[in-house]
Amino acid sequence: MAEPMRIRAKMENNAADVKVLMSHPMETGQRKNEKGDLVPVHFIQSVTAIHNGKTVLDAQWSQAISRNPFLGFRVRGAKAGDKITVNWVDTQGDKGSIDTTVVA
Amino acid sequence: MHHLRRTFLKLSGAIAAGAAASFLKVGNSLAATWNKSGFESKVTVEALKSLSASAATPSREIAISAPDIAENGAQVPVTVTSKIANTESISIVVDKNPFPLSSTFDFANGSEGYVSTKLKMGQTSNVIAIVKADGKFFTASKEVKVTIGGCGG
Repeated sequence: MAEPMRIRAKMENNAADVKVLMSHPMETGQRKNEKGDLVPVHFIQSVTAIHNGKTVLDAQWSQAISRNPFLGFRVRGAKAGDKITVNWVDTQGDKGSIDTTVVA
Repeated sequence: MHHLRRTFLKLSGAIAAGAAASFLKVGNSLAATWNKSGFESKVTVEALKSLSASAATPSREIAISAPDIAENGAQVPVTVTSKIANTESISIVVDKNPFPLSSTFDFANGSEGYVSTKLKMGQTSNVIAIVKADGKFFTASKEVKVTIGGCGG
């Protein structure tokens, strides 16, 4: 999956407020294509966020997360200049990763 | 090993997601164990059981922010904030969805008991938050009315 992701991390009340947009179809397995065939289930199952090398968030998802998923979380004790990385893995083993630096 | 996995995948398309989950466990140390039984539960009671949260206590310290009426069930913004001390995880359940358990977020190393995402909702339903704190379970819920369901796309 070489599609773009977006990430932003900004200090807010002594925590880094992180917002991530992923690019993924998040197929439920219940949607039909133009031919009337069911589109196979395909979704991001696991999302991990890392702050300066330490895991801060470990998420498990179902197909109920919307297409092109949005994720917001907060890291207490982070400061401007810190590194935040978000990784995901989907049901087909495809992976995505993005990182950013926390801004004041 | 690899060959075995491939055979397993071929055996049943229906459990392909599960097979991928076991692949993740072996192949990716980042991935937590995907709660297969919970995510494949078709009723909320079973989903809660998979989280060991059947007896969760209602709490006013959990805030669910979601629209009262969602025009588009494919993209319903939901934010859960837990003010309960030592919040370890938040799970979000959409009671009337075909598979009610939508997500579980485990926190560590200073991340706050706060998560914001967008969910698909097939119809008007209660959105239930389950918070685990100090090994105990707490819950809150909010009804979201859906005018156009979002499970088909």
